[in-house]
Amino acid sequence: MSEKIATRDVYGQTLVELGRENSKVVVLDADLSGSTKTKLFSKEFPERFFNAGIAEANMTGMAAGLAAGGMIPFASTFAVFAAGRAFEQIRQSVAYPGMNVKIVATHGGITVGEDGGSHQSVEDLAIMRSLPKMTVLCPADGPETGAAIRAAAAYKGPVYVRLGRGKVPVVFDQGCDFTIGKGVTLRDGSDLTFITTGLMTAEALLAADILAEENISARVVHLGTIKPIDIDLVLKAARETGAIVTAEEHSVIGGLGGAVCETLAEGYPVPVERVGLRDEFGQSGTAEELLVHYGLTAAHLVEAAERTLARK
Amino acid sequence: MLTDQQIRELEDTARHLRVEVLKMLHTSQSGHTGGSLSAIDVMTVLYYQRMRHDPSNPAWEDRDRFVLSKGHAAPALYACLAGCGYFPKEDLKTLRRLGSHLQGHPDMNKTPGVDVCTGSLGQGISQAVGLAMATRLAARPSRVYTLLGDGEVQEGQVWEATMSAAHYGLGNLCAIIDQNGLQIDGATEDVMNVGPLGPKFLAFNWHVLEVDGHDIQAISRALDEAEAETERPTAIIARTVKGKGVSFFEHKASYHGVPPNDDELERALAALAMR
Ligand SMILES: Cc1ncc(C[n+]2csc(CCOP(=O)(O)OP(=O)(O)O)c2C)c(N)n1
Ligand SMILES: [Mg+2]
Repeated sequence: MSEKIATRDVYGQTLVELGRENSKVVVLDADLSGSTKTKLFSKEFPERFFNAGIAEANMTGMAAGLAAGGMIPFASTFAVFAAGRAFEQIRQSVAYPGMNVKIVATHGGITVGEDGGSHQSVEDLAIMRSLPKMTVLCPADGPETGAAIRAAAAYKGPVYVRLGRGKVPVVFDQGCDFTIGKGVTLRDGSDLTFITTGLMTAEALLAADILAEENISARVVHLGTIKPIDIDLVLKAARETGAIVTAEEHSVIGGLGGAVCETLAEGYPVPVERVGLRDEFGQSGTAEELLVHYGLTAAHLVEAAERTLARK
Repeated sequence: MLTDQQIRELEDTARHLRVEVLKMLHTSQSGHTGGSLSAIDVMTVLYYQRMRHDPSNPAWEDRDRFVLSKGHAAPALYACLAGCGYFPKEDLKTLRRLGSHLQGHPDMNKTPGVDVCTGSLGQGISQAVGLAMATRLAARPSRVYTLLGDGEVQEGQVWEATMSAAHYGLGNLCAIIDQNGLQIDGATEDVMNVGPLGPKFLAFNWHVLEVDGHDIQAISRALDEAEAETERPTAIIARTVKGKGVSFFEHKASYHGVPPNDDELERALAALAMR
């Protein structure tokens, strides 16, 4: 797990591959193509790349129109603008009609860093998850991002994919599979389960190592799909380990933690602690500092696990 | 009309503020260089000559308001605010640091002298329209200024705000467009050509002026003319150079969000000292 890759880099490369394989793949961006890495695609397929300028709402509408015309559009910008600025365009023009649009948002979460709270999306998973017909993905690392982008391209319908800015530890093998709606048990355990998404999955694996030294057996379940959530895997973890800690680089409201709690409440209630931003916006700082400041590290996960076990 | 002496002083201040911006960005090693430098001359005239404001009383109700709609030029704003005395210049070293009151983008709840939160392009001008409406409702003498980027005006919201400001006859509002011809992905006309701006504002029934955005006297005169127009909002299209003042940053989209390194800072400071 020592190698680190930025998920957005893999996105850019995968888009180019998809572009070569399928002439229906088109890409849109909103003046951030260098940052979202769609620039790679624009260089190889200039006639299939559309820069909307700083106009995210229109970009989303154009993507919907391109899909209506039979194309497979990927539209990218930072997560705050993708899910936030263009929300109602996504709702009315993409989700409501079930358009085959892929919204791939980079710079999700607080690891955006120095740009500060205005640019750190802590709510995108929640608002995208609340939309009927929307599929929501949040891969853990580089290899899984490549597979998730391919799965999104193959799936017919609206998909929101959340990626990050910085380099993150590699958890999955190169060439791994990605099945929309299926979680992955990365480590077995019997005392409790970490259910995590995005870059928090790597932290959960570290936390499980630390807990093992205390003779606590922690399972790690990664959900690369936030919606539709893998109900069976979540309920199985609750039944077999009896305690759950969720972790996400997002508000504890409405995202992964929210989805897991809804699933457990209806299916098999057990003690849960949600690790994430506690109903607050981010701020400027380095990515590493912010992860510590907002309690999103392996050490914090260990503490959350201990508290949850005490409630078992 | 400014006197030659006043012009010299303001030019000196602008040079000084450019130095502060570069030092700040060099220390933080993160932030927006090009668009901060292009905006400095306009902001110098606003903060040091035009606006009625009191740094010892940031909450003064009758102050003029400034909304940095292109919020990524925060370093330019912070340099002005520190220079005017809203907070110690020492603070500039904390730009973008964890816990600093100087966030990556302007935050009204953290920084003395910042009137609204901005950073998501296109939203500042709407808030400026609202501020101008509040000012008029409260019968305050304040004027409201807002500074936009020429890429920012690609946002549809900018034109909704433009429509509203004219509809409500906001003569107390002045929008300045920092027309440096560049955005992140390249030249504005290549990325998404919004076409000539002056005629668009005119068509929305605004009072429109075009100036050299680095000519202190011209900027000041345009602001005079804006103030003399009381029935309609004024748009000042300020022709600028991205990265202005440091030859190797000028006209380059690549320095949009890239801070100076050690060598660049040294050369930039030497160049600014010589002028
Ligand atoms: C709504 C929104 N979309 C995208 C961005 C990212 N962004 C920051 S600056 C910028 C380019 C701005 O260009 P321009 O308005 O011309 O500013 P300037 O050249 O004066 O720096 C972009 C796209 C943003 N801050 N807000
Ligand atoms: Mg510009």
